[in-house]
Amino acid sequence: MSYNYPDNQGHFGIFGGRYVAETLMPAIQELEEAYRKAQADSSFQRELDYYLRHYVGRPSPLYFARRLTEHLGGAKIYLKREDLNHTGAHKVNNTVGQALLARRMGKQKVIAETGAGQHGVATATVAALFGLECQVFMGTEDIRRQALNVFRMKLLGAEVHGVTSGTATLKDAMNDALRHWVTHVRDTFYVIGTVAGPHPYPEMVRDFQAVIGRETRRQILEIEGRLPDGAVACIGGGSNAMGMFYPFIADEKVRLIGVEAAGLGIDSGRHAASIGAGEVGVLHGNKTYLLQDEHGQIEHAHSISAGLDYPGVGPEHAHLHDIGRAEYVSIRDDEALAAFQTLTRLEGIIPALESAHAIAQVIKLAPQLGRDQVLVVCLSGRGDKDIHTVADAIGVEI
Amino acid sequence: MGRIAETFAKLKKQGRKALVPFVTAGDPDMATTETLLHSLVENGADVIELGIPFSDPMADGPTIQAASERALAGGVTLGAILQLVSRVRQHTNTPIVLMGYYNPVLRYGIDAFAADAAAAGVDGLLLVDLPPEEAGEIHGALRRRQINLITLLAPTSPPERRRQLAAAGEGYLYYVSMTGVTGTQHVDPQAIAADVAALRRESRVPVAVGFGITSPSDAEAVAAFADAVVVGSALVKIIAEYGKSPELPERVAEFIAALRQGVDRAT
Repeated sequence: MSYNYPDNQGHFGIFGGRYVAETLMPAIQELEEAYRKAQADSSFQRELDYYLRHYVGRPSPLYFARRLTEHLGGAKIYLKREDLNHTGAHKVNNTVGQALLARRMGKQKVIAETGAGQHGVATATVAALFGLECQVFMGTEDIRRQALNVFRMKLLGAEVHGVTSGTATLKDAMNDALRHWVTHVRDTFYVIGTVAGPHPYPEMVRDFQAVIGRETRRQILEIEGRLPDGAVACIGGGSNAMGMFYPFIADEKVRLIGVEAAGLGIDSGRHAASIGAGEVGVLHGNKTYLLQDEHGQIEHAHSISAGLDYPGVGPEHAHLHDIGRAEYVSIRDDEALAAFQTLTRLEGIIPALESAHAIAQVIKLAPQLGRDQVLVVCLSGRGDKDIHTVADAIGVEI
Repeated sequence: MGRIAETFAKLKKQGRKALVPFVTAGDPDMATTETLLHSLVENGADVIELGIPFSDPMADGPTIQAASERALAGGVTLGAILQLVSRVRQHTNTPIVLMGYYNPVLRYGIDAFAADAAAAGVDGLLLVDLPPEEAGEIHGALRRRQINLITLLAPTSPPERRRQLAAAGEGYLYYVSMTGVTGTQHVDPQAIAADVAALRRESRVPVAVGFGITSPSDAEAVAAFADAVVVGSALVKIIAEYGKSPELPERVAEFIAALRQGVDRAT
């Protein structure tokens, strides 16, 4: 299939675009220009490749999960080990790219929003690496859930702003990051952590994360001699999923399966399944599926995983859903917790709660498939940060 | 000619500048907003900007964020706001511009909104997160109903973009006096005077200036070089302070009357 999105205005079908205050329009146009130049500049690509290889530790392994596969008795399961990246998640693929771009644009200050803290840590890390001043916006509810990551960011020299407005989670952190950006737009680079926001962010973050899918494609061809039957990834905003899916979009036989957070269950109303249960709307600079009420007010998302606790989704996922190229399903908190424990026990890999949603979907799906079939799963991050949340949830005091 | 154009034409003839107060609809409740709208008109408002509360007001500082939260807690909807405009319209010809974010309007339905807003007597719409690049559909629907889509300009808008937006302006242009959110910094009239003057030369409609205007003397200083002065957070702060107290209308009336005097001193 021919797939060439976004268009030059940043639209993925009806989704995406640029819905920002006039003050920010010149900044995102300047960013787009700088990004186009960098894309065409082989020295930028070389620099990016250098840091991905020697600093992040790429390529990350594609690991055959033998015991999980045997346990489920169906498709062969391969884990794309983004948890082994420096800082412990896929987020750093994107922050290295954006920090290099900020440096080329002469911006000395970077800001970021964060939910679970992984993107905040990844931004603070590259800010330390490149000597940039870094401020991170994080909801106070998430600061409580992710105290370890908050301390990591501070150690890395970042200033962490607690955001108390709204639900004090990722969406509110993004509101405050945008408010800060509009106030300091002339000298500040906004490092958005997911495939959302105004154009060119969804495209740019996808491109930086697409290293996940490119490596996976090459690795599975080397190991299995063929493409996988399915690629599975969790979705909050959807950056690890977009990175995994994008290089497979033209391979129509590869099922692309995005896993949203069903929280306490879709029917409970306490979930974060924007594609599964949302409506089209505009928030944070783009048009996409949003959790909202009948009057267009944004509703609270819920997930045990702070990184999926967002009432929207990247516009390209909304588009892939609408054209039927990717499937979107959802996994409840309790299913993710069970998968977290299963993977830990069977493979000795403690996944992030976000990634545990993808694992939970594989646990459902693999037994329905034949032993000759192959699934690749993006293990987007490691679970050390979630130990306290998991202990709480299963009633253990640490 | 629509009510906005008529208002500015009349002021121009009188050699006066416009005072444009902003209040959030439903803060602290709809009955109070209705009372306040009449008070704004009686005390010298030329155009009223009526805020549509939104759950995620990304361009607003703490004052208007809190106003939105109070209004939403009271259950305010866009439909109820249009009914309010319709009631107020029975008593006044003062132009009313709805101001807010795109999502509640999109959710209401673009054509339905344009039709209902026109029937209610809405004169303009200003959506802070809808730049002209994305406004094609709603612009067409509003134009068919003679509702002006008000354009924002910022100090960061490059000259070429500023010229294009100014040439296409409807109703009035809203010049944001600083890089920032509402109600957090103080306007520096000297810093923007030249920019606003350039904009007025390029624009076919009047130029209003807002953000950071808190006092009659600010209003006077800005009215010296702009066609209209927008006062939002400073007024919303009074509403927050007095809430549902019976003193509120009087305090608002005093403040608006003082701003009116400030604006009129400039001319």
